[in-house]
Amino acid sequence: MKKAGIIMIIGSLLLLGLFKFPLWNIMLGAPQYPNPLGMDIYIQGIKGVEEFDIKNIDGLNHYIGMKTIPKPEDMWEFEVFPTVIGIMVAIGVIIGMLGFLGKVNYKWFLGWFVLMSVLGIMGMYDFNSWLIEYGTDLDPKAIMKLLNPDGTPMTYKPPLIGYQKMLNFDVDSWPATGAYMMFVGMMLTIVAFFIGKMEYKKIQIK
Amino acid sequence: MRKTINILVFLIMVAGLVSCNSGDKKGNNGKGGLSTNAAEKVYVAPGEHDEFYAFISGGFSGQLSVYGLPSGRLFKVIPVFSQDAEKAWGYNEETKPMLETSFGFVPWDDSHHPDISQTNGELDGRWVFINGNNTPRIARVDLTTFETAEIIEIPNSAGNHSSSFITENTEYVVAGTRFSVPIPQRDMPIKEYKGNFKGALSFISVDQETGRMGIKFQLMMPGFDYDLSHPGRDKSHGWFFFTTYNTEEANTLLEVNASQNDKDFIAAVNWKKIEEYVNNGGGTKVPAKYAHNVYSDETHTATSTMMNEVLTVNPLDVPGAVYFLPTPKSPHGCDVDPTGEYIVGNGKLSADLTVHSFTKMLDAIENKKFDGEAYGIPILKFEDVLAGTVKQPGLGPLHTEFDGKGNAYTTFFISSEVVKWKVGTWEVVDRQPAYYSVGHGMIPGGNSRKPFGKYFVSMNKITKDRYLPTGPEVTQSAQLYDISGDKMELLLDFPTIGEPHYAAGIPADIVAKNSKQLFKLADNKHPYATLSDGDARVERKGNEVHIYMTMIRSHFNPDNIEGVKVGDKVYFHVTNHEQDYDVPHGISMIGANTSELLIMPGQTETFVWEPKQPGVWPFYCTDFCSALHQEMQGYVRVSPAGSGTELKWSLGED
Repeated sequence: MKKAGIIMIIGSLLLLGLFKFPLWNIMLGAPQYPNPLGMDIYIQGIKGVEEFDIKNIDGLNHYIGMKTIPKPEDMWEFEVFPTVIGIMVAIGVIIGMLGFLGKVNYKWFLGWFVLMSVLGIMGMYDFNSWLIEYGTDLDPKAIMKLLNPDGTPMTYKPPLIGYQKMLNFDVDSWPATGAYMMFVGMMLTIVAFFIGKMEYKKIQIK
Repeated sequence: MRKTINILVFLIMVAGLVSCNSGDKKGNNGKGGLSTNAAEKVYVAPGEHDEFYAFISGGFSGQLSVYGLPSGRLFKVIPVFSQDAEKAWGYNEETKPMLETSFGFVPWDDSHHPDISQTNGELDGRWVFINGNNTPRIARVDLTTFETAEIIEIPNSAGNHSSSFITENTEYVVAGTRFSVPIPQRDMPIKEYKGNFKGALSFISVDQETGRMGIKFQLMMPGFDYDLSHPGRDKSHGWFFFTTYNTEEANTLLEVNASQNDKDFIAAVNWKKIEEYVNNGGGTKVPAKYAHNVYSDETHTATSTMMNEVLTVNPLDVPGAVYFLPTPKSPHGCDVDPTGEYIVGNGKLSADLTVHSFTKMLDAIENKKFDGEAYGIPILKFEDVLAGTVKQPGLGPLHTEFDGKGNAYTTFFISSEVVKWKVGTWEVVDRQPAYYSVGHGMIPGGNSRKPFGKYFVSMNKITKDRYLPTGPEVTQSAQLYDISGDKMELLLDFPTIGEPHYAAGIPADIVAKNSKQLFKLADNKHPYATLSDGDARVERKGNEVHIYMTMIRSHFNPDNIEGVKVGDKVYFHVTNHEQDYDVPHGISMIGANTSELLIMPGQTETFVWEPKQPGVWPFYCTDFCSALHQEMQGYVRVSPAGSGTELKWSLGED
């Protein structure tokens, strides 16, 4: 299981990209913003794509009564996410090494993948609920209180993934480099699982 | 009598040349709009950018305008020498020092000749320099902010006209005097001009890091009028050439009395030699009062320093540094081709164009081919420096630019045309009318080692019927020619501000990428800046009230102020807290005896208001900043002098 172990280690290590690259990116373009304002969402916090983007997004959001974009200390996620990712990388590398040495079964690789997928889905769910809260919990003294055609108050939840027109803004919300690295890494752990299985069978045949 | 005959001959010549041009009145060779794609060539579609910036002098407006080429669209008027209420230039407390001079605050000037900084003889787009003609000054405009960063006054000068031209590594910006004057200034009969007045040619060094200017030395020349100048290029780098007129040294009715000599001079100055002399301790320091004004982008404030002395050099003390090249008939422009070999004297009362050779000049100097001297300065023999003559190209040549492909383009004021001729063979290859009476012309980089020979801009002195009439004063105007082909093609007329004297053009991509979008609030070092909302406050010092105010879409902080009294001097120190591109805010107070402020993101500016009557007086944002711009306002309560109203301020209290 040498090859599978190495692939498992590489796959897990790719998750470290999340510490350096953004997980998600939301861009806000408008007639007045031909160069769109943007947020890069990292597991440790939210940064503007350009130096003053967060300040300017907050400035615009104050018209519709949105809260300001959270600082790292404002959300528990920005502490827990890095810890969880760090632990998962460590576990993945350990499983890979043990696999390399033939101490654990290839099924452990799949186990890691399933656990990581569950955690990922939980993370996405949490992210989506934050977007809902952020887009709907508006200041009752907001400068602009807009209504939907059906008379209900307009809310401003950005799309979890994809494009949406919100008032004068074109909002694009897509995974970013960190997410792609995580995706490739997780796929590699699946590859490790199958290669491990093949290697195991070869040993069995011998 | 002789004068009358001269004028008569002159008029006949003018009439002859004008009638030659009258066949194609509108300037498209009578072919109509469909036969040419001129419209396509100047059309820059909505949202697209021009290929070149053109910095066109504002003439008697005192400013510098920024145009796009080929569209001829006006982008900005940069305030330089004149107060500009729109931008608070010379009105707010921060920029008033920029217009200080040894004569006190001078709110106006006449701006003439912009020139862009160069490295190795090529445009580098760091700065534009421009001269104030009336109260002699040189300004440096920073091309990251498109704002005037520095103004230095030139002492011992009057009519700062042969300015501001730049050596090929921006070592010096050079300013020559048009009027000769008594130096030092003194009370003396005007009739004693001859032999007693002097003409100062000033070499102003430029710091390569900061752009900071300082007068390195002034060359004290004979009392002629120094009209225009240009530096040597490439092989002639190290020399500077100045046209002169009134070598007759007349002091009255110059139009006649200064037009008598068959030839005036181009003064060739070996500035490297003089620089070396000065660096070795040469020259004489003389008392001279002049202002040096510097604006800081960190403090957003200008300071004015009065200087007390200047280093002067007598040309006779530096042998071999200055020579005179005889040049026919009161030459105006003095232009050096991109190779540095040819020096064109545009004798404005001559029918020919005289071109001198730099190589021949050096040879004549070496072999002492002199034709006498003037005030001890050797005059080189005309025939021995002459490279060639462009025969009968037109009437009243003023100025020549080059396209870098071996062609020169000379403007003719009297015959109102642009004439293209070949450098070296001196043959005229094309001519196009200008509407009317073109002064200077400009090709982007056309006075550098590397011209961008695609367009030629003529800056015209007379407009007459070219536009819809606007009463006795009609628009000033420039014209754009396509010079990429063998024949020039007139593409566009476009209006300009003030009188367009000269211009400097540069490919947009050299400059646009460095253009600042905003000032960082965190870097704001203004002594009265309010960097956080918590610091917004009002302070009283005797009868001075200082308001530390912030502005952001869409409110002022504070917006209600009480406790101001009649007789107070109220300083509004206002900081724009925006950090977004293109979100300036303005502020103005009812009855303030000054202009508005127009404050860029991250900047602090100050205006002073002296309330005259008790009451509650409003102020508001003057730049439509947001959907709630009309809500961006506030009040100041003014109580009678001596009343006990307490100073207080607020924002958002019910």
